[in-house]
Amino acid sequence: MSDALVQVSDVHKVYTRGAERVDVLKGLELEVGRGEFLALMGPSGSGKTTLLNLIGGLDKPTSGRVAVAGRDLTRASPRELAHWRARHVGFVFQFYNLLPVLTAARNIELPLLLTGLSRAERQKHVAAALELVGLADRAGHYPMQLSGGQEQRVGIARAIVNDPTLLLCDEPTGDLDRQTAGEILDLIAELNRRYEKTVIMVTHDPLAAERARRVLHMDKGMLVEAQAA
Amino acid sequence: MKYLPLLWRNLMRRKIRTTFTFLSITVAFFLFGLLMAIRTGFGVGIELAGQRRLLTVHKMSMIQPLPFRYLAQIQGTPGVRFVTHMTWFGGVYQDPKNFFANMAVDPEGILRIYPEFVVDGDDRERWVNTRTGALIGRKLAARFGWKLGDRIPIQPTFFRPKDGKPDTFEFEVVGIYRGATPDIDETQLFFHYKYLMERTGDPGTVGWYAVEVEDPARADEVAHAIDRQFANSPAETKTATEKAFMQSFANQIGDTGAILTAIAAIVFFVILLIAGNTMAQAVRERTSELGVLKTVGFTDLTVMALVLGEAVLLACSAGVVGLALVTLAVPALAKAVETFLPIFYVPGRSLALGLGLAVLLGLASGGVPAYLAQRLSIVEALRKR
Ligand SMILES: Nc1ncnc2c1ncn2[C@@H]1O[C@H](COP(=O)(O)OP(=O)(O)OP(=O)(O)O)[C@@H](O)[C@H]1O
Ligand SMILES: [Mg+2]
Repeated sequence: MSDALVQVSDVHKVYTRGAERVDVLKGLELEVGRGEFLALMGPSGSGKTTLLNLIGGLDKPTSGRVAVAGRDLTRASPRELAHWRARHVGFVFQFYNLLPVLTAARNIELPLLLTGLSRAERQKHVAAALELVGLADRAGHYPMQLSGGQEQRVGIARAIVNDPTLLLCDEPTGDLDRQTAGEILDLIAELNRRYEKTVIMVTHDPLAAERARRVLHMDKGMLVEAQAA
Repeated sequence: MKYLPLLWRNLMRRKIRTTFTFLSITVAFFLFGLLMAIRTGFGVGIELAGQRRLLTVHKMSMIQPLPFRYLAQIQGTPGVRFVTHMTWFGGVYQDPKNFFANMAVDPEGILRIYPEFVVDGDDRERWVNTRTGALIGRKLAARFGWKLGDRIPIQPTFFRPKDGKPDTFEFEVVGIYRGATPDIDETQLFFHYKYLMERTGDPGTVGWYAVEVEDPARADEVAHAIDRQFANSPAETKTATEKAFMQSFANQIGDTGAILTAIAAIVFFVILLIAGNTMAQAVRERTSELGVLKTVGFTDLTVMALVLGEAVLLACSAGVVGLALVTLAVPALAKAVETFLPIFYVPGRSLALGLGLAVLLGLASGGVPAYLAQRLSIVEALRKR
């Protein structure tokens, strides 16, 4: 048994839409070591998001096993999964997915509401996360008042405020211009390097993938190691 | 509670929609308070001291007089603690529109049988000792601006003075009573029965008797005992508790309580649809956000509680405002309606019921949306953009 942080073994995922069956993942195998920075590439519809959702405990495979840090996610109840996600995973989305009615600080605070932390402690953590993503002066701004890049920084701050082991990013720069995308990627790389977060990042952008230490290509529900560019 | 800012901000996201829903609920609870006040005015659901008190009236109809000599016989009936008599005068002040109840009574008897009429020491003495004195309710005094010492002319309707003096009775206001509790009628005028006799001659009759029993549990027994004594006499009696009289009165004008309850129920049903629609929309347009909450670790139950909490917050805050407004408005309205509803207030019990209904409304309107939010699959929610 390997000591990989993420172990995906013989995972199948089938969606049925009426009589139609869509085999998205077909016996997929994947191991991600602790501290890795992995990029997942592949054409649209190849199942990248589906795989990320399985690793993050947002969904369950039709068959096979997904384990993170030795814990078998496929056997956990929805409630156990929710608690697990709150402590061990941070998600970063392409469209940021911030709550428009909350300020940056309150958005970042959301995962902390689930902990036993006091208000003062929560605010300390939020301030630290804002500082880390370089938005200390935007705490009171609403998402509408932020640029796309700033919104994504808030999204990243929300993902790391609980100090999770695993950071799952689904096309984090997909909606940003080249320059801003570069800054966001710098930030993610730093989280990987300095803060030792294990990062799995789905991306269509070869430049983004270059930042990763390993790149995997997904095609028709299978993974293939990337050829050197 | 740490989720409160989230609930509040979510409600405020569609200010206009929330405002309309808020106002609808406020109006509904205002209406509810009003209906409860009217219901109270009709005597529905009031526990009068009336279980302890019997009324003895003419068996044929309340307006036929009873012989005065019954007084001693009733007083002698086992189980009777005290009895006094009252006679409807039906006098008019200036104009029949100015209707209020006015009765000839035994001045000491009325104070004893109705301890809930609170009369201060000086007034009490003056009332008992002034032959032409009138004891009036606080609201009646306020209505016509009458003060102690004022002389008020009352035109008789069916009593005719025999002394040839001008038709009018003139009473001096010697006492003003107030109710010990808000359900006491403060719009009546009482004067001495003896003075009535002086002016009209003694017919040897009174209108009805008010009887205090020793043991309320045996009230029915005593009532039967009283009626039995006068059976087969020219003036047979009907005796029942004051409460029973109130109830039969209420039944005569239709089952007021049931009608009012039905109206309140319809209002709540409509409001439930409005609030339910608001919550359903709120959840529908927030699908992906609910997915995000679940993603970061909110459990299905917590998400459900958040939606329910939002609905309850809306219903309760609007309900409290409605109930507060009606509590303020009813005393002002009471003046306008006191001629036909002398007792008009929102009982504390109804306010408590209103609060309970507000919570219920919140739970009911948020129920289905909360259930859907709880069931919502994260993956589906995140795909919807
Ligand atoms: N809930 C679902 N019901 C039915 N089919 C689904 C569902 N979720 C995903 N699919 C299908 O599974 C396949 C893979 O979807 P997925 O979102 O994982 O692709 P992706 O690689 O992330 O694509 P993209 O690059 O466009 O984001 C697609 O064909 C999609 O239509
Ligand atoms: Mg995708």
